[in-house]
Amino acid sequence: MPQQNQTAAQVRADAVPGPGDHGLRESATFDRATIHAIQRAAETGVYDIRGWGAKRRVPHFDDLLFLGASVSRYPLEGYREKCATDVVLGDRHAKTPLHLDIPITIAGMSFGALSANAKEALGTGASAVGTSTTTGDGGMTDEERDHSDTLVYQLLPSRYGMNPDDLRRADAIEVVVGQGAKPGGGGMLLGQKITQRVAEMRTLPQGIDQRSASRHPDWTGPDDLEIKIGELREITDWEKPVFVKVGATRPYYDTSLAVKAGADVVVLDGMQGGTAATQEVFIEHVGIPILAAVPEAVRALKDMGMHRRVQLVVSGGIRNGADVAKAMALGADAVSIGTAALIALGDNSPRYRDEYAALGSAPGYYDDFQDGRDPAGISTQDPELSARLDPVEGGRRVENLLRVMTMEAQTIARACGKSDLRHLEPEDMVALTLEASAMAKVPLAGTDWIPGTR
Amino acid sequence: MSTLPTAAPRHPAEADAAEHVSVDLAEQSVRELNAALHDPAATATRWTVTHPRGLHSIAVGVDREVRVDVEGHVGYYFGGMNKHATLTVSGSAGQGLAENIMSGRVHVHGDASQSAAATGRGGLVVIDGNASARCGISMKGVDIVVGGSVGHMSAFMAQAGRMVVCGDAGESLGDSIYEARLYVKGSVASLGTDCVEKQMRDEHRRELAGLLQAAGRTESPEEFRRYGSARRLYHFTADNSKAY
Repeated sequence: MPQQNQTAAQVRADAVPGPGDHGLRESATFDRATIHAIQRAAETGVYDIRGWGAKRRVPHFDDLLFLGASVSRYPLEGYREKCATDVVLGDRHAKTPLHLDIPITIAGMSFGALSANAKEALGTGASAVGTSTTTGDGGMTDEERDHSDTLVYQLLPSRYGMNPDDLRRADAIEVVVGQGAKPGGGGMLLGQKITQRVAEMRTLPQGIDQRSASRHPDWTGPDDLEIKIGELREITDWEKPVFVKVGATRPYYDTSLAVKAGADVVVLDGMQGGTAATQEVFIEHVGIPILAAVPEAVRALKDMGMHRRVQLVVSGGIRNGADVAKAMALGADAVSIGTAALIALGDNSPRYRDEYAALGSAPGYYDDFQDGRDPAGISTQDPELSARLDPVEGGRRVENLLRVMTMEAQTIARACGKSDLRHLEPEDMVALTLEASAMAKVPLAGTDWIPGTR
Repeated sequence: MSTLPTAAPRHPAEADAAEHVSVDLAEQSVRELNAALHDPAATATRWTVTHPRGLHSIAVGVDREVRVDVEGHVGYYFGGMNKHATLTVSGSAGQGLAENIMSGRVHVHGDASQSAAATGRGGLVVIDGNASARCGISMKGVDIVVGGSVGHMSAFMAQAGRMVVCGDAGESLGDSIYEARLYVKGSVASLGTDCVEKQMRDEHRRELAGLLQAAGRTESPEEFRRYGSARRLYHFTADNSKAY
């Protein structure tokens, strides 16, 4: 039987006779990936840069279960009784808040990190189900503006491509303080992907390895942030919601300070959140799981009397409708997906098995988004590879995923007797592990005990 | 002179009066001023702003050919993301002066706090006095002329544009600089990583003369030295690890 923390490779290795069958023992401390990393460092002298998010196992939404209806609570009829999914983001200060039909948005990913076709597909897929997409560390392209009915424009430390015209044609502004894959780290884009168009958008020499700032150039700390948000509101005449995105580290304080600084929406990204290019050591060792972060952010909002008045959008490892329902039951107003959307587009598909093998990888393992040689045409700027991704077909697949996730979340909500996804609450859930129970602050299944409470 | 117009003048006689608008920020809010400056129906081409009292975000996001003269001191982000407009401040300016300026001209007669002209992509920012730390940080095409000195980490990660310092530069000038060109007349406390002194050729003296003239300066280009990127950090290699 495969153990829970085994990788797919180990499971496969177990299936065929190998050294283990002859009584040889592999080290848990120095496992194959660890040995490979040491060998790679010794050979190359540079740290490993890769895409994707944290790959280690961490306490996650899988460690929670819903209780469903019972004698004391009755469910809603699955195909007859309404379960609302729409959400308003940014009605605290903005004249024109976002009205989304589903509470699942597309997270920030740049043109540059992704191909133009991938950005277009994300935009058309999200628009088809009435939700938003987000720009990234590379500015706004005309194509993504055209293909996204609702587009959130990120203001990042690098400010690549930042300009007031794009601020004015955005539907919301997201001040990015950090991201879950690398809280405290700046953007990174390697030379292979800095084509002429990407270079021009970012005002960089073509083909260089981009080193981006990790701190904003014109503000430091929460008091400055408040003034900065004020400036963005003045430039856009108080029309647009202003989001503040933080990587999950100290979610109670970051949420409190973002609210104090005037944010309409707080975006909280856990360590499982993806990246196009970051040091492996950063991805795996900095930041906390989204499961641990959401309850603390919600506690901060409640302590300020701002829960639901300032909306909380959470991301980092959201894969299906169960994750959506669990995040919302913990108090989030909406979620964002990044990695799941790329998988919907064809990332890590078995259909590219041979090409992944040629790159030294395999379906389910491919994470070299920094390399620009993605056979699926997603994390690349190569025209031939990009052309493999049909943006119409890709958009349909993203649309399908968003619909399925929404219906899955509704299935769970109805089972819990909720006529709105946001009526889900922590009391609907229990935890399977002590860790998840302590983090999510819901009882260990079969008990009424939450570690740390008594 | 009239007070804030909220719509286009109805009569031609009012149009003349509206050409020069005076706004007293002791009486009206920054929000009202910026809304009027953004109003597509506004026709005034000359604005005078009094009693700015260090208020933040004055005249941000202006996107038209107007002149705005501020009498006094301004707070953070004066002239942020300016396009086309000519803005002046008789006093000093707070943090993030003309941040991300796109075009036009912002001229401060006093001093400027840190991160002046940060990430600016075009236009001209002139500071007659001194600028504090991180002047021209992440600049992306803006031209900056400082009559006095600039603080530490100025032109940090400067990507494009020109910065002229008629006084001295603080520590770590041009750290991690890309393709921006820096001209300093006085001393440089220290150069940042990958920033080096470069030869002044005729093309640079011509460029510098134009910038000095545009800023109303009387210094001679001959008195300046040029600094820019050694381009040793453009690609990640193990040999760079000692540079950071």
